[in-house]
Amino acid sequence: MIINGVSIDATFAEAFPMKATRAIITAQNEKWAMISAQAMTGFATSVIACGCEGAIERVLDPSETPDGRPGVAIMIFAMGGKGLAKQLETRAGQCVLTSPTSALFSGIEGGIRIPLGKNLRYFGDGFQVSKQISGKRYWRIPVMDGEFLAEATTGQVDAIGGGNFLVLAESQPQALAACEAAIEEMRKIPNVIMPFPGGVVRSGSKVGSKYKTLGASTNDAFCPTLKGMTKTDLSPEIESVMEIVIDGLTKEDIDKVMRVGIQAVCDLGAKNGIKRISAGNYGGKLGPFHFHLQEIMA
Amino acid sequence: MSALTLTLKQQPTQRVDMSPLVCQHLAELSLSEIGALVLQSGKSLLRVNELFSIEGSDTQDIIINNSVDTLDFIGKDLESGRITVNGDAGAYLAFGMKAGDIKVSGNVGLYAACEMKKGYLEVSGNAGDFLGAALPGNKMGMKGGTILVKGNVGERAGDHMRRGNILIEGNAGDYCGSRMTAGTIAVMGQTGRYLGYAMRRGTLLLWNQPNLSASFNDCGAHTLSFLPILFASFKTLNSRFADASEAFNRVQRYAGDMSEMGQGEVLVKL
Repeated sequence: MIINGVSIDATFAEAFPMKATRAIITAQNEKWAMISAQAMTGFATSVIACGCEGAIERVLDPSETPDGRPGVAIMIFAMGGKGLAKQLETRAGQCVLTSPTSALFSGIEGGIRIPLGKNLRYFGDGFQVSKQISGKRYWRIPVMDGEFLAEATTGQVDAIGGGNFLVLAESQPQALAACEAAIEEMRKIPNVIMPFPGGVVRSGSKVGSKYKTLGASTNDAFCPTLKGMTKTDLSPEIESVMEIVIDGLTKEDIDKVMRVGIQAVCDLGAKNGIKRISAGNYGGKLGPFHFHLQEIMA
Repeated sequence: MSALTLTLKQQPTQRVDMSPLVCQHLAELSLSEIGALVLQSGKSLLRVNELFSIEGSDTQDIIINNSVDTLDFIGKDLESGRITVNGDAGAYLAFGMKAGDIKVSGNVGLYAACEMKKGYLEVSGNAGDFLGAALPGNKMGMKGGTILVKGNVGERAGDHMRRGNILIEGNAGDYCGSRMTAGTIAVMGQTGRYLGYAMRRGTLLLWNQPNLSASFNDCGAHTLSFLPILFASFKTLNSRFADASEAFNRVQRYAGDMSEMGQGEVLVKL
């Protein structure tokens, strides 16, 4: 399959089951909601070492938030429910509770309920106040700038992590420009996050390593400087490869965002140095969800 | 299917216990069986069809016409469905109500929504003393649901209240929110003496400055972010509480009752 001179590999992205949640952070203005959201989703690029994967899903209009203030929706993904709850609580406590003027709300109505502000309330040292409004419990925790309002719980749902595609380009600037264009379009799609810095990862990994202690190591088949040293997957003109990793609530969400992203890359086309789209395929070792590139782009 | 309509033929000479006439008790009954039910009235028993003319068939939608203030226990332990009372209601309206809707076009007597657990009660007129309270000697009043009173309420509204909302468009009598454990009472009009007497937790939300006891301490003026969420939850009500122009988030906060736990609050609109 070739789109605008860009070859789409007959391969698939391999993804795995995760648990996910969404939270809504509001503040006096968008600037402070964003600061809080960025803090909460910092150091959350990969479950390999961060404990979770998280990112900002989108900015919310005041009409979309529970308290009518500017807000940001963030999503966090983890390998299990226990880990997710731990990460959510720790991050909410250190990054949102501490952030001036912030409030924190559930972003998923259904699913298994996991603590959001439920345990943070103890920071109130007995002065915290519970309010049950329309069947939802909120905690009002006194803090030095006024009151921190947090919904007691949010929803945990089954999700999918590790959807991805690789952009193979003739140069590093061209690969990055293509990924930037893709991310700009992909961020418009709901229910997904691209957790790596700026949504792009340059250090794609393979499963396993020559070092026994490591579960993942550099994807040498796609490292351009190793073309002559390893069983490469790159043709001579490829000088740079970048990956976009996607976590989403459902397979359909990931299908949709991959299509949008790949299309944005292909729109730049071969004339901008984009040669191929491939995907992180680990031969079935990584997970049960397979996103076939050519089917998605058909 | 039209609503089961009970029209009072004449005012009973004694008070009447209406507790058998709730949706869940009538679900499987025919009109003749409903007519044959007996209601306690003073020392005597009255058949329903002696007291009311009966029309309609939907037992989950009951209308009581020409209702008077001697009809007690209307909607007692209601578990589902809707009861509409055209006229006044007696004491213990919606007593222990578990779910469903009750609407009264007139005034209601003592202990309305006493120990109510869930559901919605709307009173277009006034309510008597002990609205949403606990029975004498009991420690838990209203435990959930919403009460809307468009007129005034008597004394001890929300006495021992545990959870839920009492919304009063008019004035509240003395001891409003007394011995409250939690929940919210909102009063658009004036409040009487001994507001929040011995309240432990909970919120009294007021549109007018009350005459507070010395055991309530001023915590200053604040903008509270839970208030827009609380007001948003009133949007669907047929009430001034649904009017966005009545909403506010800037309040003077008083904590009390300091002679008790002192974790309750009186929030007064600024």
